[in-house]
Amino acid sequence: MRKMQKRPPTRRARKTRVLVFLVLALLLMAVSLLAPYLAPNDPNATNAAAQNAAPGAAYPLGADRYGRCVLSRVLAGARTSIFSAVALVAVSGIVGSLLGVLCGYYGGVLDSVVMRLADILLAFPQMVLAIAVAGVLGGGLLNAMLALGVTSWTLYARLARSHTMACKAEPFIAAAKLSGCGDARILLCHILPNIAGPLIVNAATQLGTTMIGIAGLSFLGLGVVPPNAEWGSMINEARSYIQLAPWTVLAPAGATVLTVMIFNCLGDAVRDLADESGVA
Amino acid sequence: MTNYVGKRLLQLIPILIGLTFLVFTLLYIAPGDPAQRKLTAQGVAVSEQVLEQTREEMGLNRPFLVRYGDWLLGVLRGDFGASYKDGMPVLPKLMRCMGNTLVLAAGSLLLALVVSVPLGVLTAARRGGVIDRLVRLLTFVGNAMPNFLVSVLLMYYLCIQVNLFPVIAKGTVQGLFLPALALAIPMASRFIRQIRAEVLEELGKPYVAGALARGVAMRTVLVHDVLRNTLSGVLTIVGLSVGTLMGGSVVVETIFRWPGVGQLVMDAISARDFPVIQGFVLLMAVIYVVVNLLTDLSYRALDPRVELE
Repeated sequence: MRKMQKRPPTRRARKTRVLVFLVLALLLMAVSLLAPYLAPNDPNATNAAAQNAAPGAAYPLGADRYGRCVLSRVLAGARTSIFSAVALVAVSGIVGSLLGVLCGYYGGVLDSVVMRLADILLAFPQMVLAIAVAGVLGGGLLNAMLALGVTSWTLYARLARSHTMACKAEPFIAAAKLSGCGDARILLCHILPNIAGPLIVNAATQLGTTMIGIAGLSFLGLGVVPPNAEWGSMINEARSYIQLAPWTVLAPAGATVLTVMIFNCLGDAVRDLADESGVA
Repeated sequence: MTNYVGKRLLQLIPILIGLTFLVFTLLYIAPGDPAQRKLTAQGVAVSEQVLEQTREEMGLNRPFLVRYGDWLLGVLRGDFGASYKDGMPVLPKLMRCMGNTLVLAAGSLLLALVVSVPLGVLTAARRGGVIDRLVRLLTFVGNAMPNFLVSVLLMYYLCIQVNLFPVIAKGTVQGLFLPALALAIPMASRFIRQIRAEVLEELGKPYVAGALARGVAMRTVLVHDVLRNTLSGVLTIVGLSVGTLMGGSVVVETIFRWPGVGQLVMDAISARDFPVIQGFVLLMAVIYVVVNLLTDLSYRALDPRVELE
């Protein structure tokens, strides 16, 4: 029982934790940006002599069944996997938040329409709808992102709306109005900065799940189209050869798990920090 | 309670109308002409005359809303349309596979709960101990593992390396275990963390300290009071995971060739058989909505502290 009275981490410790994971996440992004310079081989170059070659000097993580360098493909895939997740979170976060702020501030018909639409979209299991939308639209990374984005904006819209409504009633908004601020200025300079906290927390916690979603669609053949490298599709391509060349599955698998873990940690750290400062 | 149930059911109506409308439009966002897609799926040579005739048969020349109304009336009678590929009605097709999917879903939920309820309670009771740290590490890794990855790894280690299970599930009891496990591992990782948090919150309450001070054994408090009080929380967690479970089962069924609706829909996607995809989304969404409602209602029924607004 003594252990239950353990003191909660200080604010400083929480800030450090956010910083550490932020640096790690940025490092991952830097690596994926620099992939073409870091990769030892051309990720799409085939080599018949090195089919399913074990890890060695020329191919540090081995080669796949076409003799393509697994390490280079994992690095090239990092770009697609990480940046598509970050881009999707950013776009759906911005679109959803703006819609939510407008709904919360103006109310009326816009509010009812957008919120009912959000209710309806939330009635679908996200991955089921995404599989169907991507399946109907046909493969492609953009279609996969679109399929996941159809539902992901609703979370931000709801959050932004409720916080905007609470914020709108504050005296400083009335003061801003009285001093002659236009709606646009009030929304962008007064409301948005005040409600940004919970939105950022939500975005941070969504990164990991979004990456898993995109990788899942690619695995099913509904995302990135071969021969382009992406971790989910690499695992799918290689899984029938797992007996002959386990590294072709294990390398992208390890990369996925590591990246999602870092994203999840970042999300948790940001949420803890916000909880403590009373932002969310 | 009856009033409340009635109110919730009424609230469902606009949601269901919107939902069906979106599902209906799904067929029309696909690039190309539905008549052409149907003919291609059946492998018929497309000529202008055949195309026009098919359009007429499918009612494509009528206004969009009229077609939606027709389709909705059909859906209410259980007619989800016919498959492009073989012309068979979609609903019976889905229903034939639905049983297998439900068995898989129930199996994986059961597996996840059997593991996570005891572990959740144990880690909360032994907070900071070796078991707590070990389990936390494992759940942390499990949380970062997509379903497809768990499936591929399980298949590799248990079927190929150790040769414990058949590689292809085929819908037998023996074949059920691996796909259920693949779904259960990420789910249990989430459950354990959530149950641990719930139990910890409950343990912080004064009645626990009171009971312990009176000399009641920790084990008794955990089983008799804490577990019972967190039951409604566990139920919510299970209800919330149904959506993820549905998406995950598509992936897992495809990998293990488990003959459920997930596999059916993936086959339909590769054959561009859109009515089947449409029927699948509709069925899943309706089940999801109903499960959410039931979770909410049973939550209120189990926990008298929750006010019925």
